[in-house]
Amino acid sequence: MSTAKAQLEKLPRSIQFVLALGAIALAAFPLLPIAGSDFYLGMLSQMMILAIFAMSLDLLQGVSGLVSLGHAAFFGLAGYALAFMTPADAPIALWWSLPAAALAAGLAALIIGFFVVRTHGIYFIMVTMAFAQMVFFLFFDNKALGGSDGIYVNFRPDATALGIDLESKTVFYYFTLVVLIGLYFALRRLLFSPFGRVLAGIRVNEHRMRAVGYGTFGYKLTAFTLAGALAGVAGYLWAAQTGFVNPELMGFHMSAHAIMMVILGGMGNFAGAIVGAFAFEYVMHLFKDMTKHWQLLMGGFIVLVVIVAPRGLLGLIDRYSKRGGKA
Amino acid sequence: MDFANFLIQLLNSVQYGLLLFMLAAGLTLIFGIMGVVNLAHGSFYMIGAYLAWYFTSLLGSLTLAIVLGTLLAVAFGWLLEWLLFRHFYHRDHLDQVLLTFGLIYIFEEMRSIFWGDDVHAVQVPELLNWSIPLTDTLSYPVYRLVMSAVCIVLAIGLYLLISKTRLGMKIRAGAFNRDMTESLGVNIRLIHGVVFALGVGLAAIAGVIASPIASVYPGMGSSVLIMCFVVVVIGGIGSVRGALVAALLVGLVDTFGKVLVPQIAGMAVYMLMALVLLYKPEGLFKQ
Repeated sequence: MSTAKAQLEKLPRSIQFVLALGAIALAAFPLLPIAGSDFYLGMLSQMMILAIFAMSLDLLQGVSGLVSLGHAAFFGLAGYALAFMTPADAPIALWWSLPAAALAAGLAALIIGFFVVRTHGIYFIMVTMAFAQMVFFLFFDNKALGGSDGIYVNFRPDATALGIDLESKTVFYYFTLVVLIGLYFALRRLLFSPFGRVLAGIRVNEHRMRAVGYGTFGYKLTAFTLAGALAGVAGYLWAAQTGFVNPELMGFHMSAHAIMMVILGGMGNFAGAIVGAFAFEYVMHLFKDMTKHWQLLMGGFIVLVVIVAPRGLLGLIDRYSKRGGKA
Repeated sequence: MDFANFLIQLLNSVQYGLLLFMLAAGLTLIFGIMGVVNLAHGSFYMIGAYLAWYFTSLLGSLTLAIVLGTLLAVAFGWLLEWLLFRHFYHRDHLDQVLLTFGLIYIFEEMRSIFWGDDVHAVQVPELLNWSIPLTDTLSYPVYRLVMSAVCIVLAIGLYLLISKTRLGMKIRAGAFNRDMTESLGVNIRLIHGVVFALGVGLAAIAGVIASPIASVYPGMGSSVLIMCFVVVVIGGIGSVRGALVAALLVGLVDTFGKVLVPQIAGMAVYMLMALVLLYKPEGLFKQ
């Protein structure tokens, strides 16, 4: 089904160059005079967090061929975990609360995954969505869990044990950047590990993998759990950054946005997820600044991308750089 | 809960179930026959409801609004199939998800531009605006009964169309083996257009007839869409019979959940779905 989209699994030079350029730009950004306003730092931090979220979904969607329309559940759950763990009058230590939140999200993914990974294709899309709705309503309908209004995260997590102060916007920015780049390389490593190869094999032909002797259920469940935990890392950072969580974080639209980010950038190589997250958010901000009818432009943009760039933005870069090389 | 109250809830749940069936039947038909995942299906429900409100306030008659609204929605569906969807039959499900999600954005904004962001109410027509007494203190609105009757008539009509008519035979054949059917001289292009318009029409009619009892508001499509998914998954994708059984089941669980255990009302149907999937991972009526 997605063989055509996995052509960029091994990234060509041109794309590696673009990525390196992007990383340098992100690292240099806080040094520029424009960064003086906290607004752009915060916006870019959010984009990086969404890029982590999109990468976690790509592990399912692009690598394993499991399209989850409920991935935001784990993103939101970890955010709520941080909100509940943080006491009313003091910050919480980062070094154990981040793993704890990711673990909580991973555990939820393990339980939900047990139900959903037995289904295939379009069923998987719908079933993941339904489970995410279940989580959504659990929080939405219960005042004890914050209800529809959500809850505040009173303090940013405390990372003084690591020698950094996350209260500073710049420090938080660099922390997020380091997490993003670290996870990117970890996931790239995973992609070409035996585990990653089995997942890719499942995407291409699950029946064959089972015939060869792999217990595909276990592999898929592991991937689902891992992706849930990584989405948890993103959700934790999101809650820490905004200081606020509400059920929308776990909602249908959040999940759908993640899917669009991954498709927009190009699936199955994690780089596309990052590019897609930045592009999607940037375009959305652009349209929102332009008109109050931004949804019309956004919808048109999405439809256009499906029609003209079936392999995503990375696919476009690849195509044009090749054409340029030949000329 | 006394008997009269129980009866009212039962009638409500059947009526809600039938409404869901109309929506889910369209969704599952479009998927089962053309293999298209249509996330924008809820938008057609919304469009139906808004057209009903618009024409009712313009012409003062719900009956006229129903006819005009349905016709317009079906025409719109046909146009959409011709313009966009027919190019996506052979594309990946993901592309369809993306396409229809983009369409949701577009429809929501068009709705906002044409009709604003207010919540509207549609008057129940004079003729049907009375209640049947059940006991001394409780009575049941006639409009809801008529609504259920309309749904039942349409469901039977759909069943007859698909299983008894020549067109239905071609539709089933096309779903089973497209190429073979086409080489036998059946105009598959036309069949697809008909099925898509039929699905859109069902969703729009559901929106039109639901408008007097559920208010007409922005975003009404997405909540209903998610319920449709649940119905389709429980019933088994592609199965119209499954959609009927599942819709009635969901109607029951949702309505009685709200009355008996309001704490988990929002989750109840999803729990039902999880339970069904645990025993039947492909739904109750696998095609």
